[in-house]
Amino acid sequence: MNILGSLIKKEAIHIVRDRRTMMITLFMPLVLLLLFGFAISTEVNDVRVALVTDRHTDASREIAQAFAVNSYFTFTGLASEEDITPLLKQGKIDAALVLRHDGIRTPYQIVVDASNPTVAQAAVAYISGVIKKNSSDIIITRTLYNPQMKSSYNFVPGTLGMIFILICAIMTSVSIVREKETGTMDLLLVSPVKPISIIIGKLIPYFILSCVILAIMLTMAYTVLGLPVSDTIISVIGVSLLYIVLSLSIGLLVSSIVSNQVSALIVSAMLFMVPVIMLSGMIFPVDNMPVVLQGISCIIPARWYIAAMRKLMIQQIEFSGVLKEVIIMAGMTVLLLAVQLGKFNAKK
Amino acid sequence: MSNVIEVNGVSKSYGKIRALDNVSFSVKEGEMFGLIGPDGAGKSSLYRMLATLLLPDSGTLTVLGLDSVKDYRALRSKIGYMPERFSLYPDLTISENLHFFADLFGVKVKENYDLIAPIFTQLAKFPNRPAGKLSGGMKQKLALSCALIHRPPLLLLDEPTTGVDAVSRNEFWDMLATLRHHGITILVSTSYMDEATRCDRIAMIDHGRILRTDTPDRLVEGLDENLYNAVAPDMFRLLAGLRKLPDVIDCYTFGATLHVVTADGFNPEQAKRRLEAEGIEKVEIYPAKGVIEDLFIKLTRNDQ
Repeated sequence: MNILGSLIKKEAIHIVRDRRTMMITLFMPLVLLLLFGFAISTEVNDVRVALVTDRHTDASREIAQAFAVNSYFTFTGLASEEDITPLLKQGKIDAALVLRHDGIRTPYQIVVDASNPTVAQAAVAYISGVIKKNSSDIIITRTLYNPQMKSSYNFVPGTLGMIFILICAIMTSVSIVREKETGTMDLLLVSPVKPISIIIGKLIPYFILSCVILAIMLTMAYTVLGLPVSDTIISVIGVSLLYIVLSLSIGLLVSSIVSNQVSALIVSAMLFMVPVIMLSGMIFPVDNMPVVLQGISCIIPARWYIAAMRKLMIQQIEFSGVLKEVIIMAGMTVLLLAVQLGKFNAKK
Repeated sequence: MSNVIEVNGVSKSYGKIRALDNVSFSVKEGEMFGLIGPDGAGKSSLYRMLATLLLPDSGTLTVLGLDSVKDYRALRSKIGYMPERFSLYPDLTISENLHFFADLFGVKVKENYDLIAPIFTQLAKFPNRPAGKLSGGMKQKLALSCALIHRPPLLLLDEPTTGVDAVSRNEFWDMLATLRHHGITILVSTSYMDEATRCDRIAMIDHGRILRTDTPDRLVEGLDENLYNAVAPDMFRLLAGLRKLPDVIDCYTFGATLHVVTADGFNPEQAKRRLEAEGIEKVEIYPAKGVIEDLFIKLTRNDQ
């Protein structure tokens, strides 16, 4: 067996024998995907709403009915104006709609409990929608690409972006640093093996592991979570593979700057996990960030990957539409690998 | 006979700490050469340089006719290196570890099995046991087998017997002795002074400097003069009492006795009477045989 082959085989044994880590790496993506896909959601359901009106008309009756049949609302019934504050304070309602008739028009007021801004915004939007539907002003809103505004769609690219950084960066860096720490790296170096072979022997097994995870995640996303299937899936796979290679080179970078496993873990987690969650646009839109943070987010690979995945998976646009993101990620990869190789050659 | 290792004026500092200070020595072909010194003497730094893993600040190291800095690539495939700590893969089995290192050097385990057979037979009984679950002595045997599997002309063993029980240590030295019949040159380091006599020649090293290089026999020559054993039931008072005597240069515990280094003209009987006059009972003082440890203590005492 050639040297590279035995290095890969050895690494594969490490991965397979470490049952606990392998289970975590295989199940964590599934759990995260299901968690974000089903359990955790930014959609607001069951807004409890009360109606206050000074005169019962056809219009007010229609609005009450609309509340009652709409699945986004729980209609708590009619209330008097004085009751609104106590009801809100007791947490019995989330919002109240107040109608005041002046004979010709029906001006309205929405009173909303904004202690949770997400619920408050959603409630205002929902109630306005109901009123507009019942008024003569017709505004047609078309929601493109994700008509039901499913948050699970939004979380698939984010989860993918996080998982690969976690698995590739942390696992590769820890496995390289472990060899440095236990001294086996010295034994590998004092042999005919070229340093580059050692590195490639490390990268290939984790690349394969990442591909398995990618296959699992995409299967889940397109079946259980019901993402629309189209021919952009080829681009999705291609861009994901590029992102995996990029994450692996980040792992290499970490392994070359730290000297023990614990710091490898901390550096990977602090330097990559937190920014990926906070700054990549996975949860908080990049455009809403202060300019400084927007600048920082540019150097976070996950930002570009998540942006590309949104376009490819949800908007289903052609590959040419994500060219900018792909070029940036490819540039980062080349740069990181070049720095690594330089470091390796400079050692001796 | 040509020199397999040639170390010339090598110095190395880590920040302000001088790990090696102008170290020079040479090892002949087929020799078992010992580097003897306490922990922190600079032995491991020297090993890492010989194994091309560390660059010297100044000086040169020539190993197997190759320069450790310029020809490091060629050198790396020729030596068998066993670092101080157990450095195999604990999750790989005995057989997987051995085959992995054979693969690295592009050799077949079968081809060189005769060389490692005396060491490996005990391990061969349970080839599927993970290396991490072996005892200290077994781990060292496996590590030695892995270092030998490519039949290197030179073995660099950095403290191979540290953390190994006395019986296994003895066995280990016996195995090294058999390897010399295959013409393998061995550089071995240890902090156990009693192991020094197992080597052909030794270099005594302390604080990064070589104190003396010679055969163990020649090193202890002349040490017996003015060296005495002293015993008494109350060893603590005996030590204090001896140190106060004018003719005593040094006194230190040595196993179950005290070793007393004296000036010329020291009279054991006289000393015994003086000690007993001070109330120390049953004192016995008799000539002692000097060993490497006595020399080490002597050399480092002069140093300070």
